[in-house]
Amino acid sequence: MSRPILEAKNLRVAFNGVKAADGASIAIHDGEFLAIIGPNGSGKTTLLNICTGYIRPISGSVLLDGNDITRMSPRAIARRGVARAFQIPQLFSAQRVVDNMMLALAAKDGLWSAIRPLETAERRDEAKALLELVGLDGDADRISSTLPEGHRKLLDIAVTLALKPRLLLLDEPTSGVSALERFPLMEALMSALRQRRITALFVEHDMDVVARYASRVLVWNAGNIMAEGRPDEVFGNAQVRERVVGVA
Amino acid sequence: MRIILAAAAVVMLAALAFAAPWLQFVLTLAIAKGFAALGVAVLLRAGLISIGHAMFFAASAYGAAFLARAGINDLGLLLILSVLVSALIGAIAGSFLVRYRAIFFAMLNLAVSMVFYALCAKLYGVTGGTDGLPVPIPAVFGIVFAEPVFKSILFYLSLTLMVLVGLAVHRYLDSPLGHALSAVHSNEIRLEYLGIPVWAVLLIAYTISAALAGLGGSIAGFAIGRVVPDFAFWTASGHLVLIAVLGGIGGVPGAFIGALFLELLHSAAVTVTDAWNMFVGITLIVVIMFMPQGIYGLFERKEAQSS
Repeated sequence: MSRPILEAKNLRVAFNGVKAADGASIAIHDGEFLAIIGPNGSGKTTLLNICTGYIRPISGSVLLDGNDITRMSPRAIARRGVARAFQIPQLFSAQRVVDNMMLALAAKDGLWSAIRPLETAERRDEAKALLELVGLDGDADRISSTLPEGHRKLLDIAVTLALKPRLLLLDEPTSGVSALERFPLMEALMSALRQRRITALFVEHDMDVVARYASRVLVWNAGNIMAEGRPDEVFGNAQVRERVVGVA
Repeated sequence: MRIILAAAAVVMLAALAFAAPWLQFVLTLAIAKGFAALGVAVLLRAGLISIGHAMFFAASAYGAAFLARAGINDLGLLLILSVLVSALIGAIAGSFLVRYRAIFFAMLNLAVSMVFYALCAKLYGVTGGTDGLPVPIPAVFGIVFAEPVFKSILFYLSLTLMVLVGLAVHRYLDSPLGHALSAVHSNEIRLEYLGIPVWAVLLIAYTISAALAGLGGSIAGFAIGRVVPDFAFWTASGHLVLIAVLGGIGGVPGAFIGALFLELLHSAAVTVTDAWNMFVGITLIVVIMFMPQGIYGLFERKEAQSS
């Protein structure tokens, strides 16, 4: 197998004595769609926080293309091609949907052109195309705080795609999205990821989504990896079925 | 529509000053304060309230006085250099002030400006203490004019700068950098995750806002002919915030509308009563309660309704 894009080695993190990572190591390779599942509070989001520089582990390291990024800021890691969509959408609520997109595109293009307006025909078209991809093209001119929660989630994902990342970290991409919209969203997302050759790591609670879309599954429990493998292998594991999936 | 209204307002101001030359001083001062309030309004977009921007207003006016004393006697050069002085002070102070938010940012700005005020008031040998320093009438393209003519030139120059600098600030606010500034107020986490350095976005904004306050300060210095420590006093900073809120931060014209409104209200109120502050207070209460977007917000609302 090729060298991993992202590697987290021997991570240790604890909050008030509760271990969110206890010497665990993970790696994600080019082209993978790695799902991380596990009970609530097991440390899945903490793992994303560590990998994106939001929190620093007590010990251990995170490598991106073999380079140590453990002590880097989220901004520095983002500039190296790692984007993140959040469990609770992180948007510019007072701005229009299309402005959220165009600012992300501008961040990628070079924010420092202080003379050119944010809204150029080219940027607006690109923003609209991405909004269309996630089904928000009709909401382009709405103020983003007025969107329903599911649509805010979609916008958060579209914003990350605008950054043209190499690696995308998604924290529960389908939570808050209606059951009807869940699979169309995942289809669109997977299509965008394949087209743009984006590797992705996603934390997810919906096992149907994991079973259908993940190329590999990692089960995170109490700061450690309980199981790892193809979806059929992992869901065939009795311990995983009992503790995580909830089926004995 | 908005452009036509703005152009008509500028022409009206020019005509008003031509028809009533006694108004030129009031209008020049209003435009000067408008520049400083625009500086405050720029930071308000990021949700940052500075109660210390009068420091930059004063620093630039002192800069003009010192430069004139050093032998520089050209209006254009004095304006440029004094604005650079305030921008430089803004960049230095901003480099640590923009790390703070909310009440801490407001109070630290106030604290720094009061240190500056105290230095201006107490370093008598350098700043002239509470008497301040004269800002002599400079030459304009090598010609030294009589005071009334110079004051007219200064007014029309201020009016021209209001249009040109106003357009430049509008362009900046409409750029990715300007949108990033507004986004600071909404979500700093997302900005960081977009790879945008919030600190740099704020420092640029702070330096621009200090330069704008400085431009206002040097114009005021030339209009009054003297700079005194009171230029930097905290009430002057509060006055700039008041102008920015009164005018509205939705667009560049808001600061100038607020400044013109307040100066004219002040000029009219003092002829009626000593308690002119009461009129200003009541006006502010009315604006905050019924026009949260400021006076400029009314124009925006009308435009939105008609479109």
